[in-house]
Amino acid sequence: MTDATTGMTGAGGSDPSAPAVQLTGITKRFGGIVACDQVDLTLHRGRVHGILGENGAGKSTLMKVLIGLVLPDAGSILIDGQPQTIHDPLAAAALGIGMVHQHFSLVDQLSVWENVALGEAGKLDSSGVRRRVAAISEQYGLDIDPDARVGTLTAGLRQRVEIIKCLRRDPHILVFDEPTSVLTPEESEQLFSTLREVVAAEGRAVVLVSHKLDEVLHATDEITIMRQGRVVDHRPTQEADARSLARAMVGREVSLRSERAAFGIADVEETADIEEAVIVEETGDADPERQPPADTAISDEPVLRIEGVSVRGRGGARLLDDISLDLRAGEIVGVAGVEGNGQRTLGDLLSSLVPLDAGRVVVNNASVPANSPGAMAKAGVAVIPEDRHDSGVVLDMTVAENLLMVDPHRVARHGVMDKGKATEMAQEMIEEFDIGCSGPDAPLWSLSGGNQQRVVLARELAAEPDVLVAAQPTRGLDVGAIEYMTDRLRQTAADGVAVLLISSELEEILELADRIVVMSRGRIVGELTHESANLETLGLLMGGSEG
Amino acid sequence: MNRGARLAEWVALYALSVVVAIALSSVIVEATGGDWWPVVEALVDGSILASGRWGETLGVAAPLLLVALGTVISAKAGLINIGQEGQLLVGAAFAVYFSFRIGGPGPLNVVVLLLFGALGGAVWASLAGLLRYWRGVPEVLSTLLLVFVAIQAVGYGLKWQWLLLADEASRGNRNLVSEQLAKDNRIPRPDIFGNEFPITVYVALALALAVAYVLARTVWGFRLRMLGHNPRAAQRSGVSSTTYGATALAIGGAFAGLAGAAMFAGGGFSFGNYRLVPGFSDNIGWTGLLVALMARERALPAVVAAFVFAMLRTGAGFVNSTGVESRITDVVQGLLVLALLVPPAVIFLRDRRRARAAATERV
Repeated sequence: MTDATTGMTGAGGSDPSAPAVQLTGITKRFGGIVACDQVDLTLHRGRVHGILGENGAGKSTLMKVLIGLVLPDAGSILIDGQPQTIHDPLAAAALGIGMVHQHFSLVDQLSVWENVALGEAGKLDSSGVRRRVAAISEQYGLDIDPDARVGTLTAGLRQRVEIIKCLRRDPHILVFDEPTSVLTPEESEQLFSTLREVVAAEGRAVVLVSHKLDEVLHATDEITIMRQGRVVDHRPTQEADARSLARAMVGREVSLRSERAAFGIADVEETADIEEAVIVEETGDADPERQPPADTAISDEPVLRIEGVSVRGRGGARLLDDISLDLRAGEIVGVAGVEGNGQRTLGDLLSSLVPLDAGRVVVNNASVPANSPGAMAKAGVAVIPEDRHDSGVVLDMTVAENLLMVDPHRVARHGVMDKGKATEMAQEMIEEFDIGCSGPDAPLWSLSGGNQQRVVLARELAAEPDVLVAAQPTRGLDVGAIEYMTDRLRQTAADGVAVLLISSELEEILELADRIVVMSRGRIVGELTHESANLETLGLLMGGSEG
Repeated sequence: MNRGARLAEWVALYALSVVVAIALSSVIVEATGGDWWPVVEALVDGSILASGRWGETLGVAAPLLLVALGTVISAKAGLINIGQEGQLLVGAAFAVYFSFRIGGPGPLNVVVLLLFGALGGAVWASLAGLLRYWRGVPEVLSTLLLVFVAIQAVGYGLKWQWLLLADEASRGNRNLVSEQLAKDNRIPRPDIFGNEFPITVYVALALALAVAYVLARTVWGFRLRMLGHNPRAAQRSGVSSTTYGATALAIGGAFAGLAGAAMFAGGGFSFGNYRLVPGFSDNIGWTGLLVALMARERALPAVVAAFVFAMLRTGAGFVNSTGVESRITDVVQGLLVLALLVPPAVIFLRDRRRARAAATERV
């Protein structure tokens, strides 16, 4: 609180010509991961500053530093030219920093004005709050009924409530974190005109955090691009174009692994071969290692056909919007995209966990009902889910039980399970998949994440599926486990299984997939072959630009 | 932690909490002018030592165990059924209706009567199942509230002779009472070492073994547990929450209904003397819920828990004759019930904390 007080008094003596915010050398580590690495950022009054980057590039951490949710390990913060330490969001609010969060923090049961008044000290002045809500909504063109119940509003209107909540405190620095992720294009347009208005009319500094190229290009004055915790580029918006931004966002400083993937070099240690391989690539000759599953006879007949599938979420949001996709035996199809663009719903659909609004899913020429318990699994669709704790494993059951979940009848006679047989079978799978655990009877929660993932993999492959859906299969795994998973997926495809690899790791997709489709806002916005795909084109598509 | 250490921990926790409860009870009894030692003596005499008492205790333990077994099955599916008191009462009413309006004399009738009881409990619990899976009403509310509907419904049935009410000759000057079950329709109560109890005690024990076996070893039990632990993983693996959940609720109700029928046809010191009367269920449903809680929703430990709770009940009858005021003996009983429920709660909370810590650490 003392900092907040100094902030208030300091603001009086601040230099009006100084930038609104100047962050210098901000560094934040979480364990061994550097979320922000020597980040510099300057925000000017009257300008919209876009921060562009992939998931995990450090954008959110940086913003959390600014609003006091995260204390940086190193670096300095100047607000209006005065050095400040922002310990908590209250201090940030006192300094005039407000944030509109990506996830709404509204109470559905309360009305709009009640939500706006939440967190206010003292006596509740309902007519006063209503008047202010009305005044703010008129001033910024944020048309809303102060007495509407928040639970009945659309996502776009809810966001207006969030913005009004933020503006009511009259902040001179405004942060919008991925504001359009839940909005329709029209709502986004409306939001950007508000942004302009706030800035132009009142000289506030605005930050727009986004991974969408077009909206950053469209709505900002200058752009900072972050990648792996570092600022990789900063330029005025009029000097930027989608192509160069995409390259900067996903690929200029590509990692060793993605370089290897891009060039198709299997073994990076053999440095002598790299140049050679590069040359081979450049001369257009196919590197034999480059197209692993291609020579394992991909059949013509699709095993899995997704035909015009649409899924709506609660409140009518289109989670999947008219998706069509064919998968043939022996091929790996990558689904790329920034997270939250429908990939999770696609995985859930193929796990029989969501109902369809339109279209159908066909496996081996038979239509499979959606949301019918076990129907997809029975039809031969194996799934490594995005969040294994959600639908992949039962933490409170044993390793053996988890291995038997989908098909307990394998060790049962007349509905009675044979404990000895189950243990024996589990033991075999533990050995085959090298699952680190104290035995078949170990509770699953006692295993590490990588070993839990192996349990899922072992079970799903043991069912001898026709289709394997692997959603973010290497997330949170260490290097060795990633290698293992990658090899297994490749082997599975080689064995004639159609593999759908849903991943937000571009390198992983480029390395494994024969074909790549890109999802954005629940739609498939582009399809690329292994050969034609590169980080730049993918980045453009993922950013929602027309490729 | 190995088995021995775990067992020792359980014993120590129970010893501690029971001692604390007795100490507190003693203070209360002494403070209100009574003597505490006779109270303890009466508890032990009344439940085990006095002649015929352990048989009596077994007779009470049987319906408690049956109710608890049903609770265990619902709980394994992740459902919180707390309406056993009502399901039990409706089960008893079904058994009574069968006995006097459908069935005839003979031992086979005893079996059918028990089955009717189970059917009644299942029907009553299925109302909650219907509301849960058709309209999304939380079963914890519907089962509870249906208890009060059951009490009124059975009360209504006892007003009409074509339903449950006894004819004038049989009921004398009493209202709201069913006919008395004929001697050859009752559950046998053989005498063993001067103690007699209905043979439903053996049935309850056998069912405890059966439930434990079904839950641990059969595909059905496996899938039911899967549903309880992780409904989404279960759905993906082919377990329909509607089918399995509704079945588990119905079976839970059937066990409570069976307990009601067994109380009606098995006799016992407070079970209405082979007649259905208002208040017939006499808290057996509620107590059976506590038995399941103490057994941490496992079938075999429920056998022990049922006996312990039955001891409290039969022992309390003797405590009332020590001259200590009945309100005070109620408090003593309440303290002892709490003492039985504290250790499972403590261990549950600790295990969960450990599991969560392990899970977050390893993600």
